[in-house]
Amino acid sequence: MTDLRKTAAIVGVDESDEIGKVPDKSNLQHHAEAAHNALADAGLSLKDVDGLFTAGTSTLQLGEYLGVKPSFVDTTAVGGSSFIIHIAHAIAAIDAGYCDVALVTHGEAGRSMRSRPGGNASDPDPQYQTPYGFIGQPVAYSMAARRYMHMYGEDKTRQGMAEIAVATRKWALKHPKSYMKDPMSFDDYHNSRWISWPFHLLDCCLVTDAGGAFVITSAERAKDTAKKPVWILGAAEGQTHGMISQMPDLTRTNAVNSGPKAMQMAGITHSDIDLAMIYDSFTYTVMTTLESLGFCGPGEAADFVANQRTAPGGDFAMNTNGGGLSHTHSGMYGMFLILEAVRQLRGECGDRQIKDHNIALVNGTGGSLSSTGTTVLAVD
Amino acid sequence: MAYNKPIPVPQGESDVYWQKAKQGELWLRYCNSCKEAYFFPTDICRAIPCNNPRDTDWVKASGKATLYTFAIVGYETGRAPHPGFEAPYVTAIVELEEGPTMPTNIVMDDPTPEKLQIGMPLEVVFEDITDEIALPKFKPV
Repeated sequence: MTDLRKTAAIVGVDESDEIGKVPDKSNLQHHAEAAHNALADAGLSLKDVDGLFTAGTSTLQLGEYLGVKPSFVDTTAVGGSSFIIHIAHAIAAIDAGYCDVALVTHGEAGRSMRSRPGGNASDPDPQYQTPYGFIGQPVAYSMAARRYMHMYGEDKTRQGMAEIAVATRKWALKHPKSYMKDPMSFDDYHNSRWISWPFHLLDCCLVTDAGGAFVITSAERAKDTAKKPVWILGAAEGQTHGMISQMPDLTRTNAVNSGPKAMQMAGITHSDIDLAMIYDSFTYTVMTTLESLGFCGPGEAADFVANQRTAPGGDFAMNTNGGGLSHTHSGMYGMFLILEAVRQLRGECGDRQIKDHNIALVNGTGGSLSSTGTTVLAVD
Repeated sequence: MAYNKPIPVPQGESDVYWQKAKQGELWLRYCNSCKEAYFFPTDICRAIPCNNPRDTDWVKASGKATLYTFAIVGYETGRAPHPGFEAPYVTAIVELEEGPTMPTNIVMDDPTPEKLQIGMPLEVVFEDITDEIALPKFKPV
């Protein structure tokens, strides 16, 4: 495989103008605002963009709305991990010369527009899962979590899930754009209502309106952009299944593959990582992902996150924006993992800025624990 | 009361599955090359590697299974994620005696985590939902 380490960098990031509850804006408006904001952050504009990447909408519709005529497009859509996966595709496209400035956008009025895309009746899911009320991701992920509890202990798993929920909220309170504004105690977690047992409400991510975008360009071009380039050291992806009932092992995601691949490409080990941005659609997603990425062994995630180790002041910086659990989660959250990683690496995070910030690992999970994308980012 | 939950639409390669279910039988696809039954039914075996993925049959399953994992949707709140479903209800993945796992519901009154033990034995039951469709579900033995 060609060595694509440091052949490209993320040079601009931003959200749409407002995120959280934004009742009067469409998906495409969130895309467009974020696109303009991220390009401005890079000191670039839409006239520079020749590669367009998105998920959840067609680039035909999006390109038309933005007014761009890209020469390279990618609508890989495998759930919330898609934007992480776009990074791997973008660096390959840039290296091959298909494009030079890749714009990756997301926009979803997840809170205000509750329409659920209807599945094709001939697909397996509407035949074999939906009729049984396998509807919405809390149902799928809670079944995976229940299996994990069976293997590694219910009380211990519950404690790990609670630690993650509480620690993540502490980070969210340090981010001015976070949807959740109030502290969460362990009692709050344990007393929150059941959504789909074993998940409490506070095991589940938010549903917000939000957009985000980032810009990737070649190493050459990155020299002239407005801010310090955030180098892409490694990027890998993969998927294992579509429906939760077909998942090969409910306690291990494809991060067991994409994680080591991305880290090997980057030439780093776990101890080099200053920040872990881990997709937290649910508390359980974080537990299985930490293990799948090899930060700890199978069944060890609860011990790994014990004593608020991932909270502000803890020795494992994780999800410092407040996560999908407490910051924002519009539906495909992966975009916001990248925004936070880039800002932390640049040292722009104010109150929540972590001390050492040279290397970040980002792992997105999409579908029903179905797909993963892992990327390793760094600053000089 | 009219049935207002999502209803499966049988396809060419799943007609047999749904016809047999309507007759109160659970049938699986069987790969003659892999010597294994699999779920969900597709004409072509999905195992990789498989020496002859098109050499597939149908086999009747025993209807015996064990509980692999579950969730109780709307536990204690009665809130369902979709109109038509009456919460609480139990979604489950069960492991069939023949090997494959399948998604289903566990049929029981007032489900609680204590009543549902992973590994517990189950047997198939069929719920008639339309003139054409019966859904295979499972109940504790």
